[in-house]
Formats: sequence, C-alpha cells, structure tokens
Amino acid sequence: MHAVVLIKQVPDTTEVRIDPKTNTMIRAGVPSILNPYDANAVEEAVRWRERLGGKVTVITMGPPQAKEALRKCLSFGADRAILLTDRAFAGADTLATSYALATTIQKIMETEPVDLVFCGRQAIDGDTGQVGPGVARRLGFEQLTYVIKVDEIDPEKGEIQVRRVVEDGIEVVRTKLPALLTVEKEINEVRYATMPDLLRAARQEIEVWTKDTIGADPNQCGLKGSPTVVSKSFVPSPPDRHLQLFEGDVAAQAAALAEKLSHLDVFAGRLG
Amino acid sequence: MAEEKFDVIVVGAGPAGTAAALTAAKAGLDVVVVERGDYPGAKNVMGGVLYADMMSSLIPEFWKNAPLERRIIEQRYFLVHGESAVSIGYRNPQYANDPPNNFTVLRAKFDKWFAEQAEAAGAFIITETVARELIRENGKVIGIRTDREEGDLYADVVIIADGVNSLLAKQAGFHPEWKPDQVALAVKEIIALPKEVIEDRFNIESGQGVTYEFFGQVTNGMVGNAFVYTNNESLSVGLGVMLADLVKSGLHPYDLLDEFKSHPMVAALLKGGETKEYMAHLIPEGGVDAMPPLYGNGFMICGDAAQMVNALTREGSNMAMESGRIAGEVAKLAKDRNDFSVNTLSEYQRRLEKSFVLQDLHQFRNTTKYLEHNQHFLSLYPELADMALHEFFLVDGASKREKIRRIMDRVKQKRSLWRIGRDFYGLYKNMK
Ligand SMILES: Cc1cc2nc3c(=O)[nH]c(=O)nc-3n(C[C@@H](O)[C@H](O)[C@H](O)COP(=O)(O)OP(=O)(O)OC[C@H]3O[C@@H](n4cnc5c(N)ncnc54)[C@H](O)[C@@H]3O)c2cc1C
Ligand SMILES: Cc1cc2nc3c(=O)[nH]c(=O)nc-3n(C[C@H](O)[C@H](O)[C@H](O)COP(=O)(O)OP(=O)(O)OC[C@H]3O[C@@H](n4cnc5c(N)ncnc54)[C@H](O)[C@@H]3O)c2cc1C
Repeated sequence: MHAVVLIKQVPDTTEVRIDPKTNTMIRAGVPSILNPYDANAVEEAVRWRERLGGKVTVITMGPPQAKEALRKCLSFGADRAILLTDRAFAGADTLATSYALATTIQKIMETEPVDLVFCGRQAIDGDTGQVGPGVARRLGFEQLTYVIKVDEIDPEKGEIQVRRVVEDGIEVVRTKLPALLTVEKEINEVRYATMPDLLRAARQEIEVWTKDTIGADPNQCGLKGSPTVVSKSFVPSPPDRHLQLFEGDVAAQAAALAEKLSHLDVFAGRLG
Repeated sequence: MAEEKFDVIVVGAGPAGTAAALTAAKAGLDVVVVERGDYPGAKNVMGGVLYADMMSSLIPEFWKNAPLERRIIEQRYFLVHGESAVSIGYRNPQYANDPPNNFTVLRAKFDKWFAEQAEAAGAFIITETVARELIRENGKVIGIRTDREEGDLYADVVIIADGVNSLLAKQAGFHPEWKPDQVALAVKEIIALPKEVIEDRFNIESGQGVTYEFFGQVTNGMVGNAFVYTNNESLSVGLGVMLADLVKSGLHPYDLLDEFKSHPMVAALLKGGETKEYMAHLIPEGGVDAMPPLYGNGFMICGDAAQMVNALTREGSNMAMESGRIAGEVAKLAKDRNDFSVNTLSEYQRRLEKSFVLQDLHQFRNTTKYLEHNQHFLSLYPELADMALHEFFLVDGASKREKIRRIMDRVKQKRSLWRIGRDFYGLYKNMK
C-alpha cells in the first residue's frame, strides 16, 4: 500500500499578530510549524503502513525552509519526503496549489501506484479546506473529508471504510481505492518519535522538485494560475452580548423575562 | 537497532552548545546536539546584547546573514536616585559600520539561525528532547539518556552546555544546587513599539541601537541593575538582582520591574508600548568560586552551566561562545589523539585560562562580593552624586566656588572623605 501525505508548513497562529491598520497577518518573526492536522494525517498513514506494509511519501509545496516540516514527518515514520519548490509556485491560491500537488502525485504514479492520499482537514493559516478536495477531483480519486476514523482498508478488494463527521452526526462510508482523505485531529494521537527515528530523519535526504521535475504548465502555477482575488480581510468584531439574571420565583422571573423581551425588537410585532 | 555512537554529544543549543557543535562539526567530527526546546532559542524568547568579536571567530562576516536587530552606537549608564539620575555614555555612529561592535538580537531568532549554521556544518540537531542523565562507565562519561523511547546516545565526549540550571552537572554531582548568592534572578519583558517611534525616542537611524543600563535606586539598593535595549520593533526591558538580596528584601521581582517601568525617566521611553512576552531567568554570578570542575573523563562543561558570566557586565553569551568554541577544538584534539580522558581534556581548562573567560572571571572574582558587603555603592553614592550635580546645575546666584563648598559639606555629613577614599580604593583593589 502506497500512501501520499500532503503537508503544509504554517505560521504558528498562536503567535501571530494582526496588524491593526491593514488587518493582515504579521508573519515576520513568527515561527513556522507543521500544520497540526497534517501531523495526524502522517500518523494515520504510518499506522496503516505498520499494519499493511508498504510506504508513506510526504510532499509539501513551499519555500526551502519547509524542509523542517518534512523532516518532522520523517521522524513520525514517513519513508520518503519531497519538497516542491519553485519561484513559479509563489502566490498560489487553492486552485493553483491543488494543480501543483496533483501534478506531483501524477508524476509519482508514473513509477509507482498511489493507493491513498492523506490531507489535513484544513490549514490553520489559509483555513479553506479546499486543497484536498481539489487534488482528489484532479486525480479522479474518491474523496472522503472530515474523517475521524478509518475502520478498514482492504487492499485485496481495493476498498476503504471510514467514519466522517457531518453536520448532524457521523457518516459511515465505504468506497473504492484510490481515495483521498482529509482528517480531523481526533482520528489519532500523534506518537512521540523514538530516538532512532529522529536520527534517521535527521540523516535522510529530502528530494527537491521544481516545476520542471513534474512538467507543470506555468500558466496554471502560482500567481498566474490563481484567479482568487482577496478584496478585504478583516477580524470580525466580537458579538455584543449581555447577560441579565432575573430574581424572584418562577412566575416573577417569567413575567420579568416577557417584559424584557417585549422591549427588544427580536419579537417585534408578535408580542403585546 | 545498533547503538548510536557519535564523536561528540552536545547538550543544549544555546550560544555555548552551538559554538561547540559548529566548531567540532567544522573540524569533521560526527556531532549530535540535543535541545529540549521546540527549536533552538524557543526557550530563550528574549533579547540581549551580543558581541561581534566572538561571533566573527566562529562565522566570519556573520553580520551579512545573521538576524541582528540593531547595531549599538550608544551605551549609556544611569545612576538613579529618586526621580533624577546621573548619566554617562559614549556614542559613536561608526559602530554601526561593518564589522559591528555590539548588537541586539532576539534570541528566539538568533539561536535558531546560529544552530542552522552548525547544522550546515554537519551537526545533527535533535529538538524537543530532554537529556535526563549522563551515562557513566568505569568512571568515564560515555553518553546521555534522553526522554525519547530508545533514547540513549553514546559518544567519546559529552559537552554539557545546558545553561544555568544544568540538570546534568547537578545530577552527576559535579556541583550542588546553586546558593542564592551565586545566582541573580532576572526578569525581562519585550515591549513592542513601532520602528519609527523607537528611532525618534532614542535619536537613532534605522539599524542603529542603544543600550541603557540603570543602577542605584532602581534595585532598591540591592546588587543588580536594570536595562533598556532597543530591538528593531521592540524594547528589551529588564532587571536583575542577586537572589540572596531578593529573598532578604521579600520583594517580588515583577514588582521591582513594574516600579522600574513606571520611573518617570523610563516610562517616557516605553510610553504606548505593548508587553509581548515576559520571563524570569537565572543568571549565574558566582564566578570562579562557584565553578564546577570544567572537565573530567569524557566530558567538558561550558557557558552558564559552568558559571561563566561576568557579573559586573552581564556578559554571558560571549563567554558561552568562547568556552564552547574551545571545547569543540579540544574535542577535535582528543579525537586526533584518540584520548578522551582527563589527560587530553585538561587542555580545555588550560586554554580557558589563557582566554579572557577565566582571566576576566579571576579579575572580578571579589567585586560582586565587595559591592554586596558595601551596599552604599548602590544606595548612598547615587544619592550623593544626585545631590552634588543637582546643586552644581541649580542656578541660584551662588558662585561656583561656593557651590563646591556646599557640596563638600553635605557629602562629609553623610560619609567622611577618608571613608569614601577607602571605599573606592577597595573597589579598585577588587577589580584589579
Ligand atoms: C482569505 C485568503 C487570502 C489569501 N491570500 C493569499 C495571498 O494574498 N497570496 C497568496 O499567495 N495566497 C493567498 N491565499 C491562498 C493560500 O495562502 C492558501 O493558503 C493555499 O492555497 C492553501 O490553501 P489553504 O491554506 O486554505 O489550505 P487548506 O485547503 O485549508 O489545506 C488543507 C490541506 O491541504 C494540504 N495542503 C494545503 N496546502 C498545501 C501545500 N502547500 N503543500 C502540501 N499540502 C498542502 C494539507 O494537507 C492541508 O491540511 C489566500 C487564501 C485565503 C483564504
Ligand atoms: C535577563 C538576562 C539578560 C541577559 N543579557 C545578556 C546580554 O545582554 N548579553 C550577554 O552576553 N548575556 C546576557 N545574558 C546572559 C546570557 O543569556 C547567558 O550567559 C547565555 O545565554 C549562556 O549561554 P549558554 O549556551 O551557556 O546557556 P543557554 O543560553 O541557557 O542555553 C542552554 C540551552 O540548553 C537547553 N537545555 C537545558 N537543559 C537541557 C536538557 N536537560 N536537555 C536538553 N536541552 C537542555 C536550553 O533549552 C537552552 O537552549 C542575560 C541573561 C539574562 C537572564
């Protein structure tokens, strides 16, 4: 079983400041971390490799320092790491990001099959959750989003069964491989890497690929391939909440509440 | 899995550990660094002053790439009494040219960059890992036990650079718990201010910086000082006092810092700033008398872990780097001779004695103690200086001759000239 995990290096949002004038993130000086959901994605892929055998390949598209995040994934047990980096990819929105990542996976599939792709539920900086589905669509893979548990992977039949969170409950889905999963944090607990794993990760070569390695169409990459226009980004102001406690027995409390509500415009025209 | 054996294990990726790792890796040794922080510098969130001379000997022309904040063009000292202060300083814009002299850094960024240089030289840096104890065999240190699974690491020599709390050295019995008169407690804050405001307030250009050190009443007469350093878009503001004094006074360090920050002279510098981070940290100030053995069979101890701080000037990072560099060189020598016993590692002590590290520490051996036992240096003398200059600058029709007479009279009321003479001769003797 060959699993590819897509991971992203993100600014540690617990340390990000917002510029009050421009309302944009001040990224300078903020340490970068592995997107927390992606750590769970790697962990899940590694756990299934431990059960079924095979291989885990991690890929990120990003600047050279994203190697740090890849190394961390290697220490979690991934076998191979590819950094996709090129000036041509700069300024990519989710459309261009998913194009570059899908093209990379296709390149890998020229030499070996890919059965599963794991993504995080979303990146904590961009927060769109669109990259995974975008990649699945381009590859023609089944997509399973918001997965909290993988019940079974049956390589013989080429099937997978997962539980995913939907608005009003949990959905159990069974589908054909190859598939792409986006995972929630509760899917597993990331294990603390062992010393031998850390040393292996520190020693391992990280492959660096460019747009030419994957034969990408420059017009679909980076800024050129990104139709997204950010017109405004802002911090929502906290909602205006008031708390009022009514005293007295139940009847008195109810009367006071009704009186109060009648003065608010929430029930305008219905009461009194 | 076969046991991992390296030439050198370094514990701690602060200035000392990284300097050691860089030097040893450059010399071709197989080096692993173990650091408990998420990344080197993660635990050192604050700013401080570093010294170019030391850095250049490790990384020539480092200023071209290192994340420096501001190059110090002015160093000023304030002797505070009440709302007033006597100050002396030196300013020279030439200090901003290459190579810079002193510069401010934010350790979180700087330590990370510095460790990346060691990594580029071939050292492995293992983060988020705590070294728990030394592994010893037949009286020789042969490795460390970490908190990772299968976490034992082995090496010919272990360089202990785990900072002031040095768990490893303490646990191995190389030294007892520091006594309250061997460490100072420092509290620091990073206060964010726009770049332009800082440059306006401190009268500097982009890239230039200042350091202000405050003595006297800011520490309520305790041995210690306070400081304000300029970073690019923030100020490092802090205060450190001898732990023993602090305990005796019953004061809380944060209250002292708050008091310092609200001093009219300081408040004006910080106005409108927002506190981003704060922390408390110990500074080893016991000097040579508190030093653990610096080496033994299979190990060497560097930097704060070995009490290498000049208490008077708070220069710790450059002693850390120098001792780390020397330890790296001695590790290489030991490898060449294939002897990691005291016979070769004693060379570490010999080289330190020839360097400014042990020379300065010997020179200032008794100064802190002298100041501690003669607290009027930080209480009475600032008061006298304040009175004298106040009188001197006050325009009230008295002749200058008359003013000097008045000053001398009032000084003599507080302390006889003979005793003042003796105080300063004593201080001089203790610094010689
Ligand atoms: C409001 C807004 C403003 C933006 N502004 C800009 C801008 O000014 N300039 C600009 O260039 N872009 C901008 N972007 C887009 C860009 O920053 C996105 O972050 C990027 O396209 C990835 O989308 P995402 O972060 O939402 O990832 P998500 O879709 O939330 O990520 C889901 C998962 O996809 C995978 N994944 C995501 N990105 C990568 C990657 N690079 N490599 C490997 N795997 C990955 C991970 O598994 C991740 O967990 C903006 C996006 C938004 C929503
Ligand atoms: C408030 C304050 C201001 C200062 N200002 C200055 C200044 O302006 N200029 C100056 O030169 N010096 C200054 N110093 C002193 C200077 O910070 C220290 O002397 C210097 O950092 C010592 O370097 P080091 O490498 O020995 O120790 P540290 O910098 O303390 O590094 C030790 C490293 O070891 C790691 N570590 C500790 N234990 C373990 C373990 N068991 N396992 C793994 N890793 C471990 C720590 O996380 C840390 O990264 C100041 C100190 C303080 C507290």
